[in-house]
Amino acid sequence: MNSPPTVYLDHAATTPMLPAAVSAMTAHLLDVGNPSSLHASGRQARRIVEESRETIASTLNCRPGEVVFTSGGTEADNLALKGIFWARRAADPARTRILSTSVEHHAVLDPLHWLAEREGAQVELLPVDRQARLDVDALRAAVERDPASMALISVMWANNEVGTLQPVDEVVALAAEHGIPVHTDAVQAVGAVPVDFAASGVDALTLTGHKVGGPYGVGALVVRREVDVTALVHGGGQERDIRSGTIDTPAIAGLAAAVELSVKQQAEHAARISRLRDRLVAGVLDAVPTAVANGDPTRRLPGNAHLTFPGCEGDSLLMLLDARGIECSTGSACSAGVPQASHVLLAMGCSDEEARSSLRFSLGHTSTPGDVDALLEAIGPVVERARAAKRH
Amino acid sequence: MKVLAAMSGGVDSAVAAARAAEAGHDVTGIHLALSRNPQSYRSGARGCCTIEDSNDARRAADVIGIPFYVWDLSDRFHEDVVEDFLDEYAAGRTPNPCLRCNEKIKFAAVLDRALGLGFDAVATGHYAQLRTGADGLIEMHRAVDHGKDQSYVLGVLDQEQLAHSVFPLGDSRKEDVRREAAARGLLVADKPDSHDICFVADGDNAGWLREKLGDRAPNQGGDIVDATTGDVLGRHEGTVGFTIGQRKGLRIGRPAPDGKPRFVLDIEPVSGTVTVGPRERLAIDRITGVRARWCGTVPSEPLHGTVQLRAHGDEHRAVVSVVSTSSTTEGAGSTTEGAGSTTEEAGSTTEEVRIELLDPAYGIAPGQAAVIYDGSRVVGSATIASTARASVAPAGGPR
Repeated sequence: MNSPPTVYLDHAATTPMLPAAVSAMTAHLLDVGNPSSLHASGRQARRIVEESRETIASTLNCRPGEVVFTSGGTEADNLALKGIFWARRAADPARTRILSTSVEHHAVLDPLHWLAEREGAQVELLPVDRQARLDVDALRAAVERDPASMALISVMWANNEVGTLQPVDEVVALAAEHGIPVHTDAVQAVGAVPVDFAASGVDALTLTGHKVGGPYGVGALVVRREVDVTALVHGGGQERDIRSGTIDTPAIAGLAAAVELSVKQQAEHAARISRLRDRLVAGVLDAVPTAVANGDPTRRLPGNAHLTFPGCEGDSLLMLLDARGIECSTGSACSAGVPQASHVLLAMGCSDEEARSSLRFSLGHTSTPGDVDALLEAIGPVVERARAAKRH
Repeated sequence: MKVLAAMSGGVDSAVAAARAAEAGHDVTGIHLALSRNPQSYRSGARGCCTIEDSNDARRAADVIGIPFYVWDLSDRFHEDVVEDFLDEYAAGRTPNPCLRCNEKIKFAAVLDRALGLGFDAVATGHYAQLRTGADGLIEMHRAVDHGKDQSYVLGVLDQEQLAHSVFPLGDSRKEDVRREAAARGLLVADKPDSHDICFVADGDNAGWLREKLGDRAPNQGGDIVDATTGDVLGRHEGTVGFTIGQRKGLRIGRPAPDGKPRFVLDIEPVSGTVTVGPRERLAIDRITGVRARWCGTVPSEPLHGTVQLRAHGDEHRAVVSVVSTSSTTEGAGSTTEGAGSTTEEAGSTTEEVRIELLDPAYGIAPGQAAVIYDGSRVVGSATIASTARASVAPAGGPR
């Protein structure tokens, strides 16, 4: 069977590696030397790691010592939430509250549920508006109810499903009034919108390699030196004594190259793909007048388009597009591939039905006008077909 | 043809999908997520509802080289199969959820969605054979491997459903299917067969029913009565755990006067009375069936054929008559029009089926399905409403 050429519109799930990151990574795959060894080979590996750390630090405007390498975004989120919660509570047992939003990624929500169930944390997930933007007044009210009991606040920089940017600056200003540390999951934001760690005022920030054109399996928690973090993974204490495990030199070199290049090209990249995205959204709404675009219309990720197609199952749409070589996402949480209605859309006030009728198209550095054309050509008939399937 | 292959994660459906693809069809694999909470259904590698099964199905699709998706049918399954199963038990009947699932889920909800999405047929790993008869209708026949034959649980399918079904294993023996799976590099080749009800996690039906039914149970206990003497032999904690024909687990202290084993003859759901007695009192030879479903043409004259009364049960020689009841269903028109739609509500049928067995059958409970055969061909099915013994007093029959 001839398969049609692939139109990849799922860059938010993972984006192809940048050639510069591939070169940086593969350059070290044959090198021997554990960065923790004391001999020349060890020192050479350590030098690659520390240069990578410095590259990331200068790119994101933090100090090199604030970059803690992890196995990716999920580990970085776990380390931030659990590590800061434990340290804050150890310093003052009254600090047991964690405030976050109802639209976080599962890498944040699941550790929070775990902390609530197993560690006695009082977790409150604050509401968002129809565009998935955090209700800062609700956050303020929750903080001010009992500031002394606050352990930390975690608010994502940009939502992975509907693309809405969160008012992280307002969250930081509010938290600063009460000396509460703030963590942000910036996995979708780095390289897509301007991210300046020091200027943002956050205390901890999660990033991951494979969303910025770097390799899988590597990421970092950027965490201010002044913030106490209890270790999650114990061992050799390689990363500032809060993260153990042999340091993955080639992956870190690839990560640094990807962060550096994607941030350097961010403005130009964002301008290009937001134009493509706007054409995609306008074209889909033109082809399917009943479709609805979700998320904040302006304060959003440049590559994200999220649409609801009333009367269609998102699963059916995905399958029909997939059969035509067009790859997107229902933006839903999948445990064992069992689709569930997206918690993000439900939190935005969508019905279960609306939440199950939605698709996310996400553009990235390899996206072309031809990709958008292919989608716009297919979407009308595909929606017709999916509607027919649901009417049965 | 564009074929949607339902893949449970077992060996049969994997080979069925592989054969459909090899036959040149454009095949897409799907796994049906039937449990709202996969962990709550049976664990281990025997069911079709666990994460492990879903992964097995996905890996089989990879090996075959076909696209694969998971379809969430858990709400429909819960409503149409699990709730129906509980309702039937609450009413004191013994349902077969596999037939119900085929009728309402696999060859209705799934088939309808597949047709809507542009597929021509649904393929499954059921052991049954389809062929086109002289009259141009699709006939369903027993599988070549009689030990594995699953035409019984497909006896609820009508002509429209059969016209959009593919059963690639009907001409094969199970051991050959396993051998073929191994040769094709399918890792599920040695996976054990599933036997029990997929949504009862540990296979303890009675315990599961007691827990799920709770206050909906028809009774919370009752007397165990000797059919011959009328003596109360003991008490039980609810009729839900009892089946007509059951011998074990009655926990009657006293042996029968004649020393012969006693069987459950009748279950009275309201009073909770369980009547026990000798095996010969279990014998029935008259069955009244309702909710008839016909694979093709409705028999216009009494049919001299066979009936099967439980999955993998014996064939009984029988004479089957269709009796049009004086139904007052407005605008129902001809009762044979049901073949036009796969989503037709079978309960709306106005036919009653009378079955005369030439030799008695034992341990037949209302709620079970009677599947009617003409030789190897499946004619249709009906749900057993009542049973009787022509010569003696009714057993398990109308009250």
